[in-house]
Amino acid sequence: MSAPRKLPRWADLGLLPLVSLAAALLVSCGVIALLGESPVQAMRLLVSGAFGSPEAVGYTLYYATNFIFTGLAVAVAYHAGLFNIGCEGQAYIGGLGTGLVCLGLGHLSFWLVLPAAVLAGAAFGGAWALIPAWLQARRGSHIVITTIMFNFIAAALMTYLLVNVLINPGQQSPETREFAAHAWMPAAGDLPGRLGAAFATSPLNLSFVLALAAAAALWVYVWRTRWGYELRVVGQNPAAAVYAGISPGRITVVAMVVSGALAGCLGLNELMGSQHRILIDFPSGAGFVGIAVALMGRNHPVGIVLAAVLFGALYQGGSQLTFDLPRINRDMVVVIQGLVILSCGALENLFRAPLARLFGRVDSK
Amino acid sequence: MSDGRPLPPALELRGIDKRFGAVHANRAISLAVARGSIHGLIGENGAGKSTVMNIVYGFHQADAGEILVQGRRVELRSPQAAIAAGIGMVHQHFMLVDNFTVLENVVLGVEDGPVLAGGLARARAALEQLGRDYGLDVPLDTVVSELSVGLQQRVEILKALHRGAEILILDEPTAVLTPQEADQLFRMLGRLRAQGKTVILVTHKLREIMAVTDRVTVMRQGAVVAEVATRDTSPRDLAEKMVGRAVLLTVEKGPARPGEVLLEVKRLAVCDDRGVPRIKGVSFALRAGEIIGLAGVAGNGQSELLEALAGIRAPSGGQILLRGTDLVGGAVDPRARRRLGLAHVPEDRLRRGVVAGFSAQANSILGYQDRAAYNRGLLADQAAILAGCERQMATYDVRPPNPRLRLTAFSGGNQQKLVIARELEADPQVLLVGQPTRGVDIGAIEFIHRQLVALRDAGKAVFLVSVELDEILGLADRILVIAGGEIVGELARADATEERLGLMMAGVKEAHA
Repeated sequence: MSAPRKLPRWADLGLLPLVSLAAALLVSCGVIALLGESPVQAMRLLVSGAFGSPEAVGYTLYYATNFIFTGLAVAVAYHAGLFNIGCEGQAYIGGLGTGLVCLGLGHLSFWLVLPAAVLAGAAFGGAWALIPAWLQARRGSHIVITTIMFNFIAAALMTYLLVNVLINPGQQSPETREFAAHAWMPAAGDLPGRLGAAFATSPLNLSFVLALAAAAALWVYVWRTRWGYELRVVGQNPAAAVYAGISPGRITVVAMVVSGALAGCLGLNELMGSQHRILIDFPSGAGFVGIAVALMGRNHPVGIVLAAVLFGALYQGGSQLTFDLPRINRDMVVVIQGLVILSCGALENLFRAPLARLFGRVDSK
Repeated sequence: MSDGRPLPPALELRGIDKRFGAVHANRAISLAVARGSIHGLIGENGAGKSTVMNIVYGFHQADAGEILVQGRRVELRSPQAAIAAGIGMVHQHFMLVDNFTVLENVVLGVEDGPVLAGGLARARAALEQLGRDYGLDVPLDTVVSELSVGLQQRVEILKALHRGAEILILDEPTAVLTPQEADQLFRMLGRLRAQGKTVILVTHKLREIMAVTDRVTVMRQGAVVAEVATRDTSPRDLAEKMVGRAVLLTVEKGPARPGEVLLEVKRLAVCDDRGVPRIKGVSFALRAGEIIGLAGVAGNGQSELLEALAGIRAPSGGQILLRGTDLVGGAVDPRARRRLGLAHVPEDRLRRGVVAGFSAQANSILGYQDRAAYNRGLLADQAAILAGCERQMATYDVRPPNPRLRLTAFSGGNQQKLVIARELEADPQVLLVGQPTRGVDIGAIEFIHRQLVALRDAGKAVFLVSVELDEILGLADRILVIAGGEIVGELARADATEERLGLMMAGVKEAHA
């Protein structure tokens, strides 16, 4: 019961996640050794697969872009006291908006398509989050339940649209025709000179910059405006919010729409940047990874960007691992990711207390 | 008892010392509690009362010193060890499972065998016996959440007695009780004493110490500064020992000079969350330059009235006129009411008045976050917010004066000063204030009371709701008494006595002669 010692801020934000990450990788090494592969070689492949070449870095940052958008989406809802598990569906529907703009306006100038695609993605994703938000604000339906349900509804709706309405005629797979060239997000490979050449084969594109801009904008919104202040008051003490004249219901709706809009930007990277068409299940779990990213990044934009790069690296390095080591398959990579989430999120306090004791001992000497 | 030797004290502490990091929470505490007595432990918030009691209950281990129970030295390394030594504790915040019955709560942890039914039957018999012995009647099969706070506390006492407690520690037991419930508690403690149990009462309320204890130990800054027989001391004497300097227990104020009506309430009706009418047709007028005190036993509609006036709860009927503007018909929310000059210091500070996880400066703009002074275009003006909070802290003597500290790093009194600073710095015409000194230490109470009187003298109106009669009598110029959601009487301060108010609070309407 004695009061827990406090960690210094830098250790809390920097050292603790690293210790957690190291622990997760250590356990992963044990599992890899059990499978009969060399853990040292596996780790080396994981790192070189994620960062070993410009192409690898490009892929890592490309995946990270998705996770930044969804991580920010989860974080903004969290600050309003809401747990948005529906980023997957909001990203899916948001992608529909982006895709429709690209299909409809792709023959016009890119600089016309880009703002329209961003707005449409955000609007579609925000609208998809608005319904559960409104249901919670007005009817008290719990947002965790409704957003999960809306993931399924989004999946069913998109399957229907892609199979029956948007499918490119004369083709088997349920996907649209390719976007016209003006609706393609400028890729890192298009950059002039050696930089462009280095990234030529990776899908990294302008969306990464947009994601970083979104992170910066979110920081300003949450911590430097009166609206962000009201959001955090509702998140931390709804009764005090009512006392201050802030309507929790209104904030719930606003926060969820912002959250859905951020998730809805996933299509910029995935569709405009890489696939250049709308296809079945393109978010492929990025909405759920966003929960882990937000958790690990402490719901702060800087932390989220770093955590997103880590998860991007695990994705990219993991796929390298499955190529090169026969006994390690896709599922093993998911196990490693799961261990990282478990260690950084759920077991964070496992390391906090010993680390704090260590600091206490050093301090008192 | 018959061999003539003096009995050892029920509990004796010798040289208990405890540090938490840099904080020296307990300095060489020695005290002896006689068997079959009620012993008071008094001190301001942060004086170390709770720490020393947590050491006795095995939550903390002392760095030095020893504990003797009934004359035998004991090592209390856990609450289990303390219970085994016959020590029971009733915490300020009850440790009950809300959706269990009383009986289930009492046997929780001492189920007496793997089959619940047998243990429950034995426990029921034992509890009925305890109930007869001490007059502790509690409906054993009622779910705890349906009991009043006073009865829940009784369950906690039963729990301790059922576990064989000979020494009962009560930590701020009356903080959540109505005066009547507190009186019942004290009568119960008297019966426990008569049966040879030992009671330690931890409190910061002087009146309770004077009313029930045999001896009292005063703590200040982690050390025992006095131990006296209660009959040899006085509230003023104790207060000075607690604070370390002379304290004014009463506020000096001149006569009120009431001006125009600022707030007028007409036939107001308010329901609670479950739709039960709690305010039934209340009317009054509050004038500039006066303090109206609303006296009443807690739970008679004061909270609902205050919430309705502040705009937190929608009334079901009637009118609230703030300087002529109807606040009910226009459905004016708390933010708009602040703009019209109505400020509110809520009854429950931590639940409503502040955001515990925010810094002091972030709390200093709560409710005023959209004022032009705190914003520059779209962005919040960090420098202005910081400067505003520093100014508030300086004017209202908030310690430590660091706006960046988290709110929870401040004592209850300083938190309350922050809330009052925020509301008064907005220069309101009308201030609604509920329980302004709840959980606040004596030094800060004096300061807060002076601020409220100064506001009145500046020609503003104050509506004070308090369950502390002393506070009402000390501050109010006019006193309204509420009972059962109705105003049962109004007295000028000069005509009010504790006895008269007490009768009115009990719902006895006076026939005006």
